[in-house]
Amino acid sequence: MSEMKKIKNLKEFSTSADRFEGANLLCPGCAHSIIVREILNATNDDLILSASTGCLEVCTAVYPYTSWDASWIHIGFENGSTAVAGAEAMYKALKRKGRLKQPDREPKFVSFAGDGASYDIGFQWISGCFERGHNIMHVVLDNEVYANTGGQRSSSTPIGSSTTTAPAGRVSYGEKQNKKDMLAIMAAHGAPYVAQVAPNKWKDMIKKIQHGFAVEGPVFINAMSACTTEWKFLPEDTIAISDLATDSLVFPLYEIIDGTKLNITYRPKNVIPVKDYLGAQGRFKHLFKPENKHVLDEWQKRVDEKWEYLQRREEAGV
Amino acid sequence: MAEKMELRDIEVWDGNMAASQAMRQVQIDVVAAYPITPSTPIVENYGSFLANGYVDGEFVMVESEHAAMSGCIGASAAGGRVATATSSQGFALMVETLYQASGMRLPVILNVVNRALAAPLNVNGDHSDMYLGRDSGWIQFDAYNPQNAYDLNFIAFRVAEDHEVRLPAMVHQDGFLTSHTAQGVHTLDDDTAYSFVGDFKPMNDMLDLDHPVTHGVQTEEDWHFEHKARQHHDLMTKVFPRIQAAFDAFEKLTGRKYNIVETYNTDDADAVVVCMGTAVETAVEVSNELREEGKKVGVIGIRVIRPWPYDQLLDALKGIKAIGALDRSSPNGTFGMLYNELAGTVVNGDEKKVLTNYVYGLGGRDLLKSQLREIYAELLANAEAGKPTTPLQQLIGVRGPKISFH
Repeated sequence: MSEMKKIKNLKEFSTSADRFEGANLLCPGCAHSIIVREILNATNDDLILSASTGCLEVCTAVYPYTSWDASWIHIGFENGSTAVAGAEAMYKALKRKGRLKQPDREPKFVSFAGDGASYDIGFQWISGCFERGHNIMHVVLDNEVYANTGGQRSSSTPIGSSTTTAPAGRVSYGEKQNKKDMLAIMAAHGAPYVAQVAPNKWKDMIKKIQHGFAVEGPVFINAMSACTTEWKFLPEDTIAISDLATDSLVFPLYEIIDGTKLNITYRPKNVIPVKDYLGAQGRFKHLFKPENKHVLDEWQKRVDEKWEYLQRREEAGV
Repeated sequence: MAEKMELRDIEVWDGNMAASQAMRQVQIDVVAAYPITPSTPIVENYGSFLANGYVDGEFVMVESEHAAMSGCIGASAAGGRVATATSSQGFALMVETLYQASGMRLPVILNVVNRALAAPLNVNGDHSDMYLGRDSGWIQFDAYNPQNAYDLNFIAFRVAEDHEVRLPAMVHQDGFLTSHTAQGVHTLDDDTAYSFVGDFKPMNDMLDLDHPVTHGVQTEEDWHFEHKARQHHDLMTKVFPRIQAAFDAFEKLTGRKYNIVETYNTDDADAVVVCMGTAVETAVEVSNELREEGKKVGVIGIRVIRPWPYDQLLDALKGIKAIGALDRSSPNGTFGMLYNELAGTVVNGDEKKVLTNYVYGLGGRDLLKSQLREIYAELLANAEAGKPTTPLQQLIGVRGPKISFH
């Protein structure tokens, strides 16, 4: 196995050689670029990357430019996981046949995709890759919406969110369904490592990414990616919003090892009310009308129940 | 290291076995595949080769045909020899990725065992899937029998992987009629077969870790047209010389001669049918019989569907007065593809030709020799009259009152 990169502080981290360049077209304040840099900088190993169609893809490989200083492929919306799995299969074949150009180097295979490309349209491809046990890491840049196409709901969109296809209106509070639990689904595939990360908790994130790179087999990372454009907050507030998400336990940070063993990796010292997180974003503004109070209550209840469940799972060690 | 397989000079193989043996012999690095009738045995045979040590590449049994081609694209971009097989609905599911493979200039080889497209669901052979792929930017070879299916695989790998070409290629064979019909197939020994195709030479390979590459970029109105124009240009200008060179080399090696357009009994012919797949062999037999009766009829078989062999067809059609275009796919609201392509081919020529369209064999319905005799009789009448004596489009062998248009 390759040597683990040592990262002691944020300054050291930020001066790592970038394989994802700052020259890209992502919105100011977009968490995608923060997450991608943190993941790529977590290792010194060579990287073979893919991106499914989406914000990251359209903003980083616009011909004749590229933001990627590592091999990178985009095919379509649904098949980024399989693209990198195909490359991983080729790596194995050429290794066996003695045809690798740099036989002593062991690249990591990482697939980036949005929540739409992972929870919805690319779900089958990811499931196939995990069932077959490819040695890849699939990272969801989870902004809970089809942001690249202008804010349509996905199956990751949480209840009460106003999107362009499930907008809040005179008789609707917006999204009616609750967010799909992809981590549980991917853990149920028996994946050796599944984790939820957030870019504001970068130490936790690096630890998990390095754990993911160290294990053999498919790794699923759900990265919360606060979206200034669709969540409707100011671009300079990305990390502040992310802090509200993790401290309200709306995005609990945890990992599941070998499909079963669940560990909570971040416990806020002061848990803040969910409404503080919701109130900071335009997408939930309508929930603060009197007639929608039941949705706010529902939100807090669900977050409390999930946290309770995660703690019970952790205690039980299963 | 993969074990070598001892083959007899002539093996009794169906088209599926012929294709899978060729895939084994060229030592593919990654096959990502999904089973579907009637191409399933290609995938099964390959799995059996792997299980018995005759293949040492990766064999990825994915969860759909879309994923099969997606995996092939990723593997090909990584830098190695890649192939798969499919039919019909699987091919239709793959269509999105077919354009992606060719647009990214990746030399994937796809064996397409032709089958009808639902609805109604049908597992038998027609050319609907083959026609569906014809604008996808792939090179398309057509086999008429198991021997062709074997030979054309070697040609396909050699042409597609040429750095001047770098385009994916399909090898088509008729579902069941070719894929499941065992015939004598002249084989190449493993070393000879491999040498004909040669080592895979990577280009812009993602696994060259010292030279990172970006595959599958975004282009809009500023660059998209140039990319597509370049691909079209290369299909139009670079592919045929390389196919011809590969055919020449193959003939030298095996004595088996292939042509971009195959012609039978056409030298002094008044009328020909133009067709593809197993229909070519049936038509040749009928044409031979009619020749004995003194009728000047011949057959033109399309060997390379894309790029479309415009020049070769103009040449082959010299002096021919009446042409019957035989399409084994429902045109669904227009003339058949072969009719339209042939019309576009002959319209600016000096010679006046009468062109008519026959739609036959949908969903695996047999094309009978008696039907071909009738077609030839009509074509000879057209040749004699110098104008159509029948409707321009007729459906052959369908129940009920005769269906024809224009």
